[in-house]
Amino acid sequence: MALSAKAKQALLGPLNKNNPILVQVLGICSALAVTSKLEPSLVMAIAVTIVTAFGNVIISLLRKTIPNRIRIIVQLVVVAALVTIVSEVLKAFAYDVNKQLSVFVGLIVTNCILMGRLEAFALGNGPWPSFLDGIGNGLGYGWILVTVGFFRELLGSGTLLGYKVIPQAAYSAGYENNGLMMLAPMALILVAVIIWVHRSKNKDLQEGTN
Amino acid sequence: MDAISLIVRSIFVDNMIFAYFLGMCSYLAVSKNVKTAFGLGIAVTFVLVLTLPINYMLENYVLKAGALAWLGPQFATIDLSVFSLLIFIAVIASFVQLVEMVVEKFSPSLYASLGIFLPLIAVNCAILGGSLFMQQREFANVGMATAYGFGSGIGWLLAILGMAAIREKLEYSHVPKPLKGLGITFIITALMAIGFMSFSGINI
Repeated sequence: MALSAKAKQALLGPLNKNNPILVQVLGICSALAVTSKLEPSLVMAIAVTIVTAFGNVIISLLRKTIPNRIRIIVQLVVVAALVTIVSEVLKAFAYDVNKQLSVFVGLIVTNCILMGRLEAFALGNGPWPSFLDGIGNGLGYGWILVTVGFFRELLGSGTLLGYKVIPQAAYSAGYENNGLMMLAPMALILVAVIIWVHRSKNKDLQEGTN
Repeated sequence: MDAISLIVRSIFVDNMIFAYFLGMCSYLAVSKNVKTAFGLGIAVTFVLVLTLPINYMLENYVLKAGALAWLGPQFATIDLSVFSLLIFIAVIASFVQLVEMVVEKFSPSLYASLGIFLPLIAVNCAILGGSLFMQQREFANVGMATAYGFGSGIGWLLAILGMAAIREKLEYSHVPKPLKGLGITFIITALMAIGFMSFSGINI
């Protein structure tokens, strides 16, 4: 089925020009905390994509009936319910990753991307564009997470998804795993580097003052 | 004393921003000005100190597995913990509404300068994170949970104040164009976080 121009914009925008982490500055907390290895990053990216997409759809379907005063409460209840479901599914099928993610699965409820997209898009658009917007933002968030997780795991422990990637020969020649990569602040610096590259390519996104 | 030790640990070792990166969105957005940063930090501390004891009581007397045993032995097998997210966030949202009304009454200028970020405290990861960590760590009593809330709030306040002070001075520095604004803030936060790592292992 062909996508309308607006739907295409909703799906592809967040992957580059309207990226939730790099441009909208949403969803930073979890992007930094769970990326020490690639596997939790992937699981988190998928979880956020699912919750954002379906949350967008539900709120979009309800948008004409929610009274303005209790808007935030309704959004929080819908999101909390969705995250509870995702959390229970994770506990059942991926217990180890769930333990690694610990409180951050629950914190998807307060992930600014969700509330941000619900307020900015789902409340004013139909269910299908909202669904695409949710998928787009989830994927935009996801590729940043996977990139940071990829570099942190590769340079920090020489493995990818648990499989040793750097050959033993390199270790014997004197290569050492970069312990600093395993620490949380490196995630911040990696995202800053991604921002540097991204904004050098997209000059219109550069900020004028500090 | 245990509570003092817990407060000091929550401020320096388990700092909400520098160790766990909770509350980053409002931290990045409000840290441009020291006055508003201070106001937001106090508001976050206030909400944490109020919501943590309430969520602690709910967790231990209603939600945990077997928590309802005080109602009668036939209720001892009920496990309501699947509702914890919903209950915690409902408590938090109500208290933020309360704080909003108090701030509007007592300091209209602070209310105006905080703008949208005051109601956004409800979705501040630091507040929900505090309750979720409390659930994970199983404190001994309500006093310890409140001390943890207080320490976490003060730690968050310290972080955002420090960042605001640095960013105000940063106006006069030459930062590469692609890094201006968001990028350089990330790098500064990373350096501050590495600095705070020097506190790990401290035991009072």
